[in-house]
Amino acid sequence: MTEIPEHLRKRAEEARAKAAAKSSDGGNEGAEGGGDDGGKIPAHLLARSQAARAASGGGDAGAGDAATAQGEPGGAVATVPSGATAPPPAPTGPEGHTQRLLTVVKAGSIQDVKAKPVDKVHTWPHLLVGEFVAALAVTAFLLVFSAFVNAPLLSLANFNLTPNPSKAPWYFLGLQELLTMFHPMVAGVTIPGMGIFVLMFAPYMDRNPSPRPEDRKFAISLFTLFLMFWAILVIIGSFFRGPGFNFTFPWVDGVFFDL
Amino acid sequence: MARTIGGKGPGQGLSERLSKLSETVQGSQAWNSIFRPGSIFRKGYTDSPRNRSYVIMNSVLYHLHPVKVKRHAVKVSYTLCLGGLSFFLFILLTVTGIFLMFFYRPTAAQAWTDIYSLHTSVTFGLLVRNMHRWGAHLMVLSVFLHMARVFYHGAYKPPREFNWVIGVILLTLTLLLSFTGYLLPWDQLALWAVTVGTNMMGYTPVFGDQVRFVLLGGVEIGTDTLLRWYVLHVLMLPFVLVIFLAVHFWRVRKDGGISGPL
Repeated sequence: MTEIPEHLRKRAEEARAKAAAKSSDGGNEGAEGGGDDGGKIPAHLLARSQAARAASGGGDAGAGDAATAQGEPGGAVATVPSGATAPPPAPTGPEGHTQRLLTVVKAGSIQDVKAKPVDKVHTWPHLLVGEFVAALAVTAFLLVFSAFVNAPLLSLANFNLTPNPSKAPWYFLGLQELLTMFHPMVAGVTIPGMGIFVLMFAPYMDRNPSPRPEDRKFAISLFTLFLMFWAILVIIGSFFRGPGFNFTFPWVDGVFFDL
Repeated sequence: MARTIGGKGPGQGLSERLSKLSETVQGSQAWNSIFRPGSIFRKGYTDSPRNRSYVIMNSVLYHLHPVKVKRHAVKVSYTLCLGGLSFFLFILLTVTGIFLMFFYRPTAAQAWTDIYSLHTSVTFGLLVRNMHRWGAHLMVLSVFLHMARVFYHGAYKPPREFNWVIGVILLTLTLLLSFTGYLLPWDQLALWAVTVGTNMMGYTPVFGDQVRFVLLGGVEIGTDTLLRWYVLHVLMLPFVLVIFLAVHFWRVRKDGGISGPL
């Protein structure tokens, strides 16, 4: 049960009294009433309303009463307006009321808005212009870079001449670096396989719902460690490995690396 | 046509006739059937919310985007454009790759010579090959950075978990695309890089030899390997990639656009 606020209860009571006064003058003519209602109207109210009716005269009384009832600021209490000419409704409530306070509905329970308004802008031009500029910039960069730096084309493939060192493409050099430490099955299959697997299922393992960096210190540290691990391995494999895949310093022996 | 009409009249009549002509063309049924409402090629594009929406809705390319996006999503500092640039690089690589296909035969006897003559006797051949190669490295990098960006924003969290899974698949496909392309020039770099790579995969437990045999199309690298990797590189992997890309983009929108501000 909802607790009815004091001011609303008062307001409802006033409205009830007013309605009782109104229904009492309808009760005299009311043929369509329930029958047992007429007798329940208090005698003094009945007398008062009859006096009022006599003073204003005729059908105007009904309209006037309805207007004052509606003018009451009680939003939670509904009144039944009676037409100017139509006979007022018969009293139906237990005390001859035409309306009752069923419940008070608080605003919060009706206006439960689920969709929150999102601040949005038009894709054209706000997003497309940015994308267009980014695409142009990359194209320009690639074009200029390609004009000055040629892609490597070494001599024709020769099965009898193994270059020293032989290196995989740069993004696999981390794995090749692992080959120096582990058995090939571990370095070439187990670790990258596990890596892809863990990466793929990361969203299902990370149960923390918050996207805020301050709530995800562990996840961020772990991922940064993961990225750093591969980045360092790739850098070592690319620049610090010379003939025989032995460790060298690029500033001493030069770079053994082709993109 | 405009020139023949203009040739007859004096200067004043020319501009008048031209404007009349353009009016006729732009009012014609054919013109209006090609350019949908809101197109800038239609008469009188004005900057209104309605026309801004039409630009997106009536373009087959742009309507990958919703008509409206969250305000924070427009900030370059949030996404760094990495996902979009990965896609753009994929398109760039497709275009340059198609160009290269005209001059390349995937056999051990011809592949290297074809690349060599591409450098020396094809107009812009070297430039386009350079763009293809550097673009490929750039794409690997940008896909990788895109993944890092998404992780650091926690954008893989519900409801976007599955799109992250697709993203990892796309990363793997990108690496495979780059790796299969690595063999195609058939020079010493290609041959021995791929030898190292496939030897590693040959250590797969239980069926390592079979994996290696399928990858190489034989027991060692040769013409069959080249053909196999060529088909993988120009047809099969891009085909698979495009399917996953479509799902990836579709899910971005179905999961409520890009992830919210932190």
